[in-house]
Amino acid sequence: MSESALAARGIDKRFGSLVVAANVNLALPPGARHALIGPNGAGKTTLINLMTGMLRPDGGQILLGKEDVTALAPEERVRRGLARTYQINSLFPHLTALETVTLAVCERRRVAQTWWRRLITYREEIEEAHQILGALMLGAVCHRPARELAYGQQRLLEIALALASRPKVLLLDEPAAGVPREESKELFAAIAGLSRNIAVLFIEHDMTLVFRFASRVIVMVGGSILVEGTPAEIASDPQVRAVYLGKATRA
Amino acid sequence: MTSTTIVEPRDHLQAQMRWGWGEITFWVATLLPFILAPDYLLLASQVAIAALFVLSLDLILGFAGIVSLGHAAYFGTGAYTAGLISKWGWGEPLTGLFMAAVAAGLFGYVTSFIIARFRHLPLIMITLGIGLLLQESANSASWLTGGFDGLQGIHTWPILGKFRFDLYGYAAYGYALAALFVIFLGARRLIHSPFGLALRGIRDNSQRMRAIGATTHSHIRTIYTIAAMIAGAAGAILAQTTETVSLEVLGFQRSADVLVMLILGGTGRLYGGLLGAVVYMVARDQFSGLNPQYWYFWIGLLLIAVVVVLPNGLLGGLSLLTRHAKARS
Amino acid sequence: MPPVFGVLFDGLAYGMLLFLLSVGLSVTLGMMNFVNLAHCSFAMLGGYVTVTLMNRLGWPFFATLPAAFVAAAAASVVLERIFFRRFYSASDLEQCLLTIGIVFVSIAAAAYIYGTDQQPVQLPAFLRGSITFAGLNFAIYRLFLISIALIITVVLVSTLEMTRFGAQVRAAVNNQRMARGLGIDVDALFAVTFALGSGLAGLGGALAIDLVGLDPSFAFTYLIYVLIVVSVGGLGSIGGSLAAAMLLGVSDIAGKYYVPAIGSILIYLVMTVLIILRPAGIFGRR
Repeated sequence: MSESALAARGIDKRFGSLVVAANVNLALPPGARHALIGPNGAGKTTLINLMTGMLRPDGGQILLGKEDVTALAPEERVRRGLARTYQINSLFPHLTALETVTLAVCERRRVAQTWWRRLITYREEIEEAHQILGALMLGAVCHRPARELAYGQQRLLEIALALASRPKVLLLDEPAAGVPREESKELFAAIAGLSRNIAVLFIEHDMTLVFRFASRVIVMVGGSILVEGTPAEIASDPQVRAVYLGKATRA
Repeated sequence: MTSTTIVEPRDHLQAQMRWGWGEITFWVATLLPFILAPDYLLLASQVAIAALFVLSLDLILGFAGIVSLGHAAYFGTGAYTAGLISKWGWGEPLTGLFMAAVAAGLFGYVTSFIIARFRHLPLIMITLGIGLLLQESANSASWLTGGFDGLQGIHTWPILGKFRFDLYGYAAYGYALAALFVIFLGARRLIHSPFGLALRGIRDNSQRMRAIGATTHSHIRTIYTIAAMIAGAAGAILAQTTETVSLEVLGFQRSADVLVMLILGGTGRLYGGLLGAVVYMVARDQFSGLNPQYWYFWIGLLLIAVVVVLPNGLLGGLSLLTRHAKARS
Repeated sequence: MPPVFGVLFDGLAYGMLLFLLSVGLSVTLGMMNFVNLAHCSFAMLGGYVTVTLMNRLGWPFFATLPAAFVAAAAASVVLERIFFRRFYSASDLEQCLLTIGIVFVSIAAAAYIYGTDQQPVQLPAFLRGSITFAGLNFAIYRLFLISIALIITVVLVSTLEMTRFGAQVRAAVNNQRMARGLGIDVDALFAVTFALGSGLAGLGGALAIDLVGLDPSFAFTYLIYVLIVVSVGGLGSIGGSLAAAMLLGVSDIAGKYYVPAIGSILIYLVMTVLIILRPAGIFGRR
């Protein structure tokens, strides 16, 4: 069996008596386009926090390729190719878009500690950042501070920031959340344009996005994986319908 | 219209880095006291020392977001080290300054391991705790520090063998100003380096920094050590130019004063701290006849006013005004 | 009985005082994360109210205690309305600076009105003196202080555990967002809790006069101790505040008695180490 780009095995996590993850198993093959869906409170963002290392699981393992990263700090996992975006924009308000992405590139190239050389001498890093921004249609606003960008542009900057780490695995937490219709075109294009070398798992509520981009859908409810399959299979699965439509069907 | 040439993005960054007319004017103006106010050179040297101390606080607070209520610990370490070196027979100022800065930097490096791990209230408490601990320890170790009476027997040799420290203050101000300028150049370079960018990232959103693979703890330790060295240098210059060191160099009063100066001028701009130091020290000298109670009454009101009305300090307010003026013209 | 029991008794009394001074800050910090460094200014206000009422208006001591509570609570309501509520979501730095500014102003005002000397206060006759038990002297005032503090603790804990108000306070401290989601008016709740906490501080300030004295530097000197109690005890935890206050009270008295040369150093060292080991406090949750 070829190894997954990212795998979660038997992940358990609870806060007191609240179980947020129960024996969660998930495998993301290289180049995957998988969607993670489920009602609010199902534990989807918590799972991302567990996989990125912001939370420690009570049991189970996280594997990045062959490596067991369960005990590694979040920044170490990023260095090994795991990147994520946030459901609510988590950017650097006072930094311009260009500075933001350049910072991520510099961190990746381990030059962020040099305090005696001027930033402008780092041509390659700035150029790379500029290219990433250009590919996401943010080139024109690259000198504006992040807090002055439109919401949709900020969502794109979130993705640019994650791409700057040259990830092998990308976890997108509701990339389309809050983006108005007029601005979602660029976002869809950005997701479509993601390299086939990157394995992508995205949490989404927007079913248009899920059906358009996902080759496989995983349904999570109350901390456990309910079922997984192709989008068509999931759409017609009676269990999934019951979970989402619940009481309405009884009426 | 988007440009894809490599020149464009760097141009913008380069423009931010260039020396503006305001900056050049400021540094030329620092030479004026020699000509215009030779009676006030001792005060001017005090201002320069305060400015250097504020600069070190700006690096950790304005750029990395570390709120410290005990930064005087490093100032005091530098002061006592320089004082003791002189007292024990070696009064050469430049080497003494260097050794004091290293001592303060070492102390900063050791404490930075603790500092880097915390934020919010625990961090504030730890910085306060370290400051108080050092002050009490210095008080108890009066065999070393002279306790309440302070260090006696400091004698600073002339700088480079020629410039003697005297009551006129020429050497004192020249020395302090030169140190301030040289260290400022270094700080300015740091701000415009990748490291400076990383610090601003930590200040803006330290959690996100970890999510892009940044070793935030390592960054914080580095800047904290550098800031401790600079604070120590400021303390050393104080010890050498006034030839006295007393417990207040480690006290909460000094930590609070430097915080007020920085907030007054505006954090995260380097020049804000310098401006704040000038305004505060000159004002304090003007009102030195006043009862200390009254002084702290007005400082308290000032703090409240700055937080409520001018959160970016004087410099922030000035830049806001200039932006409005430009928009109207 | 060996002198250690005397030290423990004095430490207990001192600790109870620190508890009264700190409990309000612990709960309000836990609820709103608002760093109110001016907390001890309210305590100082309570003390000076007592002094004014007794020395200038001839009130009996016991009557001044509720007055001190009410005055401090009222002052806190005014400040909260005018300033604090605009800064709940501000940065730590801004909150620190705002409240430090208030501390400076309060210290200067106290010095201006009352001078910088210690304020004398005449306790009623039956509170003076001491009773002798098993060979040791127990100051009556300290017994009184301990009793009042215990009564207040019982009242606080039962309010918290048994009333609807208390349940709402616990919910808001535990998870503010969810409490709002449940329909709890957290802002009103906070205003009331803040007033109560400041009132308790004012009462503590009044009770402190005979134990540790009152002068304008009180607002700052005891701020340090209160911050230690709150940080070590854990935000939002009454039990934690009590335990930390006892620990600090006994350590401070014992330190000054047995090793006067390094007394304060021990306190600051223990505090710093404890915060490093358990940044959320001994009983803290975050």
